[in-house]
Amino acid sequence: MQQVQQQTTSDPILEIRGLTQNFGGLRAVSDFNVTLAGKQLTGLIGPNGAGKTTVFNLVSGFYQPSEGQILVDGVPTAGLKPHKVTALGVARTFQNIRLWNDMSVMDNIRVAQHYRLGYGFFHSAVRSKRYRQREEEIAREATELLEIFELKKYADEYPRNLPYGTQRKLEIARALSIHPKLLLLDEPAAGLNSSDIHELIRLIRWIHDRFDVTIWMIEHHMDVMMELCTHIKVIDFGQTIAEGTPDDIRNHPAVVTAYLGDDKI
Amino acid sequence: MLRRYSVHLILATLGGLVVYLAYNEYLGLYYLSVLMFMGVNIILSSSLNLVNGYMGEFSCGHAGFMCVGAYVASVLGVWLFARDRVFGAPVLDPEYALYAFPVIILAGGIAAALAGLLVAFPSYKTRGDYLAIITIAANYIIISAIENMSAIGGSRGFMGMKGVINAMEDTIYLPWMPIWVFIFTIFSVWVIRRYVSSTFGKGVNAISQDEVAAEIMSVNTNKIKTITFMLSSGLAGIGGGLFAYILGYVNPGSFNILKSTEIMVMVYLGGMGSLSGSILAAILFTILLELLRPLQIIKWIVIPLVLIILMQFRPEGIMGNRELGQTFPRLKKFYRFK
Repeated sequence: MQQVQQQTTSDPILEIRGLTQNFGGLRAVSDFNVTLAGKQLTGLIGPNGAGKTTVFNLVSGFYQPSEGQILVDGVPTAGLKPHKVTALGVARTFQNIRLWNDMSVMDNIRVAQHYRLGYGFFHSAVRSKRYRQREEEIAREATELLEIFELKKYADEYPRNLPYGTQRKLEIARALSIHPKLLLLDEPAAGLNSSDIHELIRLIRWIHDRFDVTIWMIEHHMDVMMELCTHIKVIDFGQTIAEGTPDDIRNHPAVVTAYLGDDKI
Repeated sequence: MLRRYSVHLILATLGGLVVYLAYNEYLGLYYLSVLMFMGVNIILSSSLNLVNGYMGEFSCGHAGFMCVGAYVASVLGVWLFARDRVFGAPVLDPEYALYAFPVIILAGGIAAALAGLLVAFPSYKTRGDYLAIITIAANYIIISAIENMSAIGGSRGFMGMKGVINAMEDTIYLPWMPIWVFIFTIFSVWVIRRYVSSTFGKGVNAISQDEVAAEIMSVNTNKIKTITFMLSSGLAGIGGGLFAYILGYVNPGSFNILKSTEIMVMVYLGGMGSLSGSILAAILFTILLELLRPLQIIKWIVIPLVLIILMQFRPEGIMGNRELGQTFPRLKKFYRFK
């Protein structure tokens, strides 16, 4: 039974309650809770293997949680296939860029609108009116998106021929063509040089201002996190060890211990 | 204007010419049947390319689906419109054979598409080599099932399709088989082309390149896989139905793994993910097979040898994964194909 919701802007976009994930005997995530309200820019950090990406994989429906509940915009995602979760408005990027390398940049953006195509095989075969109309809209939307991301000049290029930083940008643009309410960025700065990182920070801030989207990001570059996020959550061994503003986190004893180790021998 | 209709024009001329030559019997039966096999091979190679090329799976059981189409179309046609040892007198007036024929062929295609589910469902969870094994298994299941149906001849095969063709020709005297083969060949290529060039069908390409990214980017991968496998095997069924009527005789043995391999050779010769490559390769391969006919069984030494040489020196096939218009951009001025 779904409850009737009072739709207000302060309703959480994402709500995770008591999320636990076991891989065999390994508890990758344990009793994880988070509530993201609209338009926030939140960070998730932790040492390698802390379970950050696992949390993202759970939210995007890639794994089914062992325990706990995930609600996207009030809708529980339990039992939904990833493409259905995406259709609810959850887009993500990957730690290692996962673009479709043998499809043009334009097609990469177009295919990511798959859930709202509104036509199926039959329409594509007979080229019905609806098909032509929708294809036109899809192409127009994709062009607009490429334009505002300044990627228009690469529209017919294959992603693998683009510089690494541009590929990152394209992957974020592709995620935004979902029209997400929640954008998950998994280490967007990985593999970028320092000037690219500066541009990335500007890009994320710009996306956050321009689109009505809640951003949740994982990142190892602390300067990126400190500059962008208003709220940071720290996990280690699947458990939340600290959370708060960037300043709180910087000096939090548990965080220092997790990253630098205990001085007790 | 001319650019827009040039493809239609060329096809109409080509079709008209073949029918005219066949009608006046300028074209011998041998050349005519080679041309018809060319059409069937185009259907088979382009439909297999949908799975092996566009979707990046590895199906080696294409002949199995062809077999389903061939048997369903043959049995249905003979039962309805021809006098036969097994079924006795025709159920319907043979006068209608002409109009029912495309429906019969399509029925074979639909049956084959349903058989394609045999591969589509496992493909949700498996891919690559493991799925390839499943396709081989599907091929064997289909052949063995038909071999054990003694009502339709079992492994001895099934015939009587000439009666249906005669019934068509009695109604209106025209070389019907070349006409139908021609129409269905164009139909198949047209459906595939429209499918893979739509944003919906580009999901197939996305699955081939990164299935995880496709699913996360809202592509319903299971649905696309089901449609693609069903379309591919359905078109193979149409090809099979036509094949059966051209020969006038089918037996399960002619749809074994060797036939599947033959179709695969055409796909790899033409280039993965290139529709024009598949068409070109089907034409070349049919001619090659006929040229090598005097060698008899030795041709099965020569053809694999061609494959080895091809894989050594041009592994991407004749066209690579490009279409004609991409390889020769100048050609685009003269035609448009959708």
